[in-house]
Amino acid sequence: MTSNAVVVSDVSKSFRIYRDRNRSIKATVLKRSRAKYDEFWALKDIDLEIPQGKTFGLLGNNGSGKSTLLKCIAQILEPNKGFITHVGRMAAMLEVGSGFHPELSGRDNVYLNGAILGMSKAEIDRKFDSIVDFSGVGDFIDQPVKNYSSGMYVRLGFAVSIHIEPDILLVDEVLSVGDIAFQEKCTEKFSDLRRDGRTVVVVSHAVDQMRTFCDQAAWLRKGQLMGVGPAQDVINDYADQAHNVQQHHSQLAEGDAESSSEDQTQGRFGSGEATIERVELLDAHCEDVRQVRTGDKVTLRMHFTCHEPVAAPVFGFSIEHETGFLVWGHNNVQSDWVAAPMRPGAGSVDLVIPEFPLRPGSFRIQAGIAADHNARTVDSLPRALSFTVATGEPFESLGVAVMHSHFENLRQEG
Amino acid sequence: MASVRAGTLSMRDSLVKNRTVNLLANLTLREIKGQYKKTVLGRAWSLLNPLANIAVYSLVFGILVRATPPLGTNSGLKSYALWVACGIIPWGFMSTGTSLGRGALADNAGLLTKVYFPRFVLPTSTILALASTFLTELAAVAIFVGVAGGGPRIVWRLPVLIPIVILNTAFVLGLSLILSIGMVYFGDIQHIWGIFLQLWMYASCVVLPFSLVQQAQVGHPNLPIEFLFELNPAYQFVEAYRNVLYDFDVPSLTRWLVMLAWAAVSMIIGSWVFSKFSSRIVEEL
Repeated sequence: MTSNAVVVSDVSKSFRIYRDRNRSIKATVLKRSRAKYDEFWALKDIDLEIPQGKTFGLLGNNGSGKSTLLKCIAQILEPNKGFITHVGRMAAMLEVGSGFHPELSGRDNVYLNGAILGMSKAEIDRKFDSIVDFSGVGDFIDQPVKNYSSGMYVRLGFAVSIHIEPDILLVDEVLSVGDIAFQEKCTEKFSDLRRDGRTVVVVSHAVDQMRTFCDQAAWLRKGQLMGVGPAQDVINDYADQAHNVQQHHSQLAEGDAESSSEDQTQGRFGSGEATIERVELLDAHCEDVRQVRTGDKVTLRMHFTCHEPVAAPVFGFSIEHETGFLVWGHNNVQSDWVAAPMRPGAGSVDLVIPEFPLRPGSFRIQAGIAADHNARTVDSLPRALSFTVATGEPFESLGVAVMHSHFENLRQEG
Repeated sequence: MASVRAGTLSMRDSLVKNRTVNLLANLTLREIKGQYKKTVLGRAWSLLNPLANIAVYSLVFGILVRATPPLGTNSGLKSYALWVACGIIPWGFMSTGTSLGRGALADNAGLLTKVYFPRFVLPTSTILALASTFLTELAAVAIFVGVAGGGPRIVWRLPVLIPIVILNTAFVLGLSLILSIGMVYFGDIQHIWGIFLQLWMYASCVVLPFSLVQQAQVGHPNLPIEFLFELNPAYQFVEAYRNVLYDFDVPSLTRWLVMLAWAAVSMIIGSWVFSKFSSRIVEEL
């Protein structure tokens, strides 16, 4: 049983939203009250335990209260109700380089910023070379920081912050600092912290980054704690919910489209011997869904009505990313599956995808029927259906596809 | 709430104290180093500014208005320029101190919203930085007075300045703590304080001698004019510096007690207001 680095007990935090902000004494005297305001609860009854030595992620959409919670833990804000305790030295990295004095040299600012963040002079003396080395500022260290490029400024600030070596480090979306080489250095430093058994609390909405980074996570929505636990589970829940919201939006957009059916058939073309009525996206239980998970068995079903016989029909599907990038396409000729001639009347055809290989995101399906060895298009629906992909198995971290990959055979010289 | 502090204070007590002292020293140095960075003359400005003031007031009141300077009791000095110098330098410390201290929180919003540290460090470092500048100015005035007629005797009086400067700094700091909180809630304080400082200067006998006040008292026997002047802390402090630097004397016991009382009242109210409001200021910035 590990002990807790931070315990948040029943914490609530409200802000005043001023309806009529007055900062003048005259107005105060005239109205006899300082200002009218509404109470806005940014955090409601949060109970949370952050175990020692873990990297803990706080997830949530913008305005969910995650940064407010971090600021409460950092003692910058004071909760209205409840209390927060922590064990060990704590440092917050909410904005790097805050408190730099532009007229002073980089050297003076390192000492100043270090003191603000809680380092003693002897401690900074000891770490000074390492800080300068980490920042890559080099000979500029004795120049006033106003002459620094924005990158140098941020790197120096980050270098100071990361050298505090606190027992608990609070980080707010500052991981995307500097160029790739610098980011790698940062990631390395963070894993050092973790290896030394220090607790890191990270706030972000960059799901993929959090996944590689955190052991444990919590997610917040509208100031309420929605879930706490092992990072993978919590992040999956959060990502699903986030995609649902997105899907909801796209359905609203689709709803408009469907009400005037020209839009859904926008860009439709073909000679017209048969028409595609609709396309279904079926999950493993044969239910028509608009969200699937990576790795699910998925079936695309095309319903059509045939008006005149078509001798050698070619059925095709393709999937496009929401950005318009064509991800995949396939038709039955390519897979040597010969379709029987189509007769007038209604019918359908299935395409089976045994393990859905796309990563979370929003996609569109195009469906088409062609004739004469794919030489003539009978009907084509470029926007037959929109759907989203939620996180599933296997998990591979980036891009649009999963490849069921694995690592092996690490070899080292000497 | 209080429990946040209570829960963590015991574990970090000694660490926090070290850190706070260290931070205070660093911020004070930042203020001192940053003050004249962009100027060609640099630190010389901290002496040139008051010298220019002394010159202007000597010209206007000493030559045009012909205000008669009081006679220095032990020094035998009778020079308006020297008399004004002994008053305008301490007054400058009080007026600049409260003006800069007033903005110490509001002007550092970026820092306050991003990093936690004891908030009183900001106004305190501002005042301490100013106090160190003030000490060099006082030394310059002492040399000025000694060379211009007072002679080397002044040297023996200088240690008396130390307790006066300490009480005066406490008084300015307490006032700045209140003003810095006030500024966060009411921006108007910036302008009101500017106007008030002008009035206060004339109410502190900085450029016009107390004999004028006594004359006014004779003209209006029913108004407690002299009493109000005696009550004015800035007047007491300015006169205390003059007791030492112009009269080569020590302040009276009453004056010591009045200064002590003002310093204590200012610090007590200042710390109370600051501790009551400082935890919520981040939301108001």
